[in-house]
Amino acid sequence: MVEFEVVDLPETDHVETGETAPEFARPLVGEEYWTDVSLSDIDSPVALVFFPMDGAFPATYMWNEIRDREWGHGSSDHVTVVGVSVSTPYEHRTFIGERGMDYELFSDPSAAVGEAYGVVHDLDGMSGVREHRPAVFLLDDDRAVEYAWVAAEWPDFPDYDEVESRIDRL
Amino acid sequence: MSDPQITLYRLQACPYCERVVRKLKQYDLNYESRFVEPMHSDRNAVARLTGKRSVPAIRDETTGVTMSESGNIVDYLDRTYGEGGAAGGA
Repeated sequence: MVEFEVVDLPETDHVETGETAPEFARPLVGEEYWTDVSLSDIDSPVALVFFPMDGAFPATYMWNEIRDREWGHGSSDHVTVVGVSVSTPYEHRTFIGERGMDYELFSDPSAAVGEAYGVVHDLDGMSGVREHRPAVFLLDDDRAVEYAWVAAEWPDFPDYDEVESRIDRL
Repeated sequence: MSDPQITLYRLQACPYCERVVRKLKQYDLNYESRFVEPMHSDRNAVARLTGKRSVPAIRDETTGVTMSESGNIVDYLDRTYGEGGAAGGA
């Protein structure tokens, strides 16, 4: 294998454990339709998963893993797992359909929600396009952040086992 | 900005591609990024250029060189644009 250094992303002042997760409203895309939903309207506790644009391989990897681990279902059905990317509702519909995944995704094309959480990534080679870094926030009642992880490298993925054990404790 | 001299075929978030990007930036080279699909079968543009579907791949108009594989590309860029290189540097 060729050696390479993974690219470090700039430091970011992201939402931390102990803070209150910023409220937002965005179209939430489900199996049949999308409609504006506020974060505070989602049944808590919530696992809020930011991910790169639909179609990029990190997005595929992350949601295949979450789907296969059945987060939010079975033994962890006390938590609501929702995703956020810059992709449009139409793209989310395709992505959900291709994955066969039972999760709903917020559409945040302006990346303003990502900005509020400190998880924005300005992409080289795609002028004017910003997307979300991979990031996971576990929110208890009242949107209290119990766990926060934000990618510091590119690409980088959540520690799924760690997140899973934290979900169990919510 | 002048026309990019180098065309880079890349996959979003591919570390091997980012390695080439870092090198292009190091030598302050003007490059155009062309993003391809994760699925190999959807990369005909790359196949037409290099005969393979792997990325990164570059086309350098200045030298007429086309190549793929990050190790080869980085060596080529060092050789061509690095210090004492054929086309630039000190």
